[in-house]
Amino acid sequence: MTSKRDQMVTQRPRSESVGRGTASPSSWGFGDGQAVPWEYAPAPESRDVVKLQARYGLFVGGKEVAPRSGQWFTTIDPATEEPLAEVAKAGLADVEDAVAVARRAFRRSWGGMPGRERAKYLFRIARILQERSREFAVLETLDTGKPIKESRDVDIPLVAAHFWYYAGWADKLDYAFPGRTAQPLGVAAQIIPWNFPLLMLAWKIAPALAAGNTVVLKPASPTPLSALLFADVCRQADLPPGVVNIITGPGEIGLALVKHPDVDKVAFTGSTAVGKEIGRAIAGQGKALTLELGGKAANIVFDDAPLDQAIEGIVNGIFFNQGEVCCAGSRLLVQESIAEPLIEKLKDRLATLRVGDPLDKNTDVGAINNAAQLAKIEALIEAGVAEGAELYQPACELPARGYFVRPTLFTNVAQSHRIAQEEIFGPVLAVLTFRTPDEAVEKANNTPYGLSAGIWTEKGSRILKMAKELRAGVVWGNTFNRFDPTSPFGGYKESGFGREGGLHGLLAYVRLEDR
Amino acid sequence: MPRPRQATPGGGPVDASAAVGTPGRIAVRKTYKLYIGGAFPRSESGRSYVVKGADGSPLANAVRGSRKDVRDAVRAARAAFAGWEARTAVNRGQILYRVAELLEGRREQFEAEVGAAEGLAPAEARAQVDRAVDRWVWYAGWADKISQVLGTVNPVAGSYFDFTIPEATGVVGVVAPETSSLLGLVSRLAPVLVGGNVAVVLASEGRPLPAVTLSEVLATSDVPGGVVNIITGLRRELVPHLAAHMDVNAIDAWGVPPDLIVSVEEAAMDNVKRVARPPRGAAERFDWLDDRAAQRPEWIAAFLEMKTVWHPIGV
Repeated sequence: MTSKRDQMVTQRPRSESVGRGTASPSSWGFGDGQAVPWEYAPAPESRDVVKLQARYGLFVGGKEVAPRSGQWFTTIDPATEEPLAEVAKAGLADVEDAVAVARRAFRRSWGGMPGRERAKYLFRIARILQERSREFAVLETLDTGKPIKESRDVDIPLVAAHFWYYAGWADKLDYAFPGRTAQPLGVAAQIIPWNFPLLMLAWKIAPALAAGNTVVLKPASPTPLSALLFADVCRQADLPPGVVNIITGPGEIGLALVKHPDVDKVAFTGSTAVGKEIGRAIAGQGKALTLELGGKAANIVFDDAPLDQAIEGIVNGIFFNQGEVCCAGSRLLVQESIAEPLIEKLKDRLATLRVGDPLDKNTDVGAINNAAQLAKIEALIEAGVAEGAELYQPACELPARGYFVRPTLFTNVAQSHRIAQEEIFGPVLAVLTFRTPDEAVEKANNTPYGLSAGIWTEKGSRILKMAKELRAGVVWGNTFNRFDPTSPFGGYKESGFGREGGLHGLLAYVRLEDR
Repeated sequence: MPRPRQATPGGGPVDASAAVGTPGRIAVRKTYKLYIGGAFPRSESGRSYVVKGADGSPLANAVRGSRKDVRDAVRAARAAFAGWEARTAVNRGQILYRVAELLEGRREQFEAEVGAAEGLAPAEARAQVDRAVDRWVWYAGWADKISQVLGTVNPVAGSYFDFTIPEATGVVGVVAPETSSLLGLVSRLAPVLVGGNVAVVLASEGRPLPAVTLSEVLATSDVPGGVVNIITGLRRELVPHLAAHMDVNAIDAWGVPPDLIVSVEEAAMDNVKRVARPPRGAAERFDWLDDRAAQRPEWIAAFLEMKTVWHPIGV
């Protein structure tokens, strides 16, 4: 039940470069804390493709405007702690302007435009994103700290694909929901996180525009640049002014935006705590709301799992984007009988991960996005040790500057430990064991979250039974962290409600009228 | 306090036994109780309140449920959830159809109770019960179809089989419409159940008796104990507890008084409850007799989660 594609994920020709032959199938012996005995030459991606402005204003009404607040803040490169640019710090007056402009664009141009014309704008945007993909990839890596190979091969292609997918819906809304006519909601207020800035922008803006809404989007303060470069894509596409507005600033501005009485729809991706705050802030206002919040996914490995593929899936599950992923497989549930060899192999594999310069094309784990997040991760690692779990970190060297943390593995973890309960949002894996499928389900579901889960086994019927019983919105069988614009994504329980992607993602941006 | 007289708008007794009884015989009246976990307890609080008919005459004492009753009901519902959700779709559909069968069989009692509660002429009360029975039939038929309408197979760009199916969200707190004592309740409860959810219902405060009698129908319709739990009592006292309960997954707010909706939606965020609410102002003037408006697959979908499953395709 596994594919070649999965087997190929980030495999490296180890035997050749190590020169140890192939005599050691279960362990290479790197997991005992020593560094791998080879070196890589640097393979830096060029920064030249990105021309940073010294200052970025707000994008309101199709123009870059200075904030009426007159204030600015600095966004930095988390890998070097060097400033990248100054960015407008929007005030309440700027929120008013943006919502008013979005409303005007909804009334005058976008809301009444035939779907086939809206579609063409979205196709244009998708094409321009493809054309400028390397520029976006480098900028995204500079501002987030994520490895260039991920921004280049995952984030940006998915961004373009998302616009492409929803472009095609714009003139087919009549066929989307049986017996109902889909009408746009109006002005959408959208707040996105710093882990996948441009991808989350695409998840929010593409379906909103396809359905005929206009948007005011607020990127996360640590990572505003790719959204501001996207403003340039809107200009290049000749998108009517005011259809997309981007305002940057602190959380209070986001709160003012969602509470604005002329906003019809609120979409938020971020932490569960902030999601609850937003939900309370707009209580009783009658706005449509979708929330995509935190997670504490279980990645469950049965004793019959294809072990090498499972190892790659586990690594991808927790170290993709430094583990700063809401659906990260942060709890590894291993069937007891294979726990020992699996952990051995996993430690081995961790030792080969390359941590460092995000712009290096060979880097596996880049920089943590911001200082506050690094402090939180470090505090939770300390809590793991203090509560009695056993810590393993490979002996990799970290850059002298920037926000870095070693890939971290905890064994002997109890369900009550903070590292097994709280969303760490970092490259920290907590390993727990189970004996029976029922116990695995019970442990996996023992969390207020319910965003994602993984299952590794060769037995098809077991995958389907587990998939049914796991209370999570996305279940990956013999794979992990796969995303696609056609595939609905979103949580159960405190991981939020509403779906993004696919037909269900479109539903979040329409009002259904009886035919 | 003297036991209130049970009455219909015409002044006749509600008791089915008395309606057909011999002149001069003293009727046996019903004690209206709660319905929790398949049993009919009184409130642990020992409290009651007087229910009056549309003409102002007292009809019966209803249980004035408490916070503890709400908690008991949620516990019973949670215990029943796994079993109800695990039933095959066609089985759930047959059970809900069975509710229609038994409701039909007791229609005279419901006509009398609904008529007394809502001040309806006999023909009007009959229409309410007609639609209530038919609504169970309509929703029962959705049980094995809704996932085919809401589910998708997703053509992802890669060698994966990827599909999305609806699943029940869990325990749903149903604040039943205040004015439409039976039809409004059925219209909101049936879509919750058909998707595999379990319910804790706060019955209409002023008109609770048809809801209590419906619980007797549910208890004899193969609906497993705990799948539906019905609490009578005061809205302002009970709604906040239901909205804030951490083991309730969703709230149907159609019956929430407008001035409580802000606090309900705030409390719902404590554990990110899904809140189904009517368009502003719609609940008060809603026409429950209108099939096109009052029976909708969207109302089933409001209490469903979409689960997406991926698997590689390969050898």
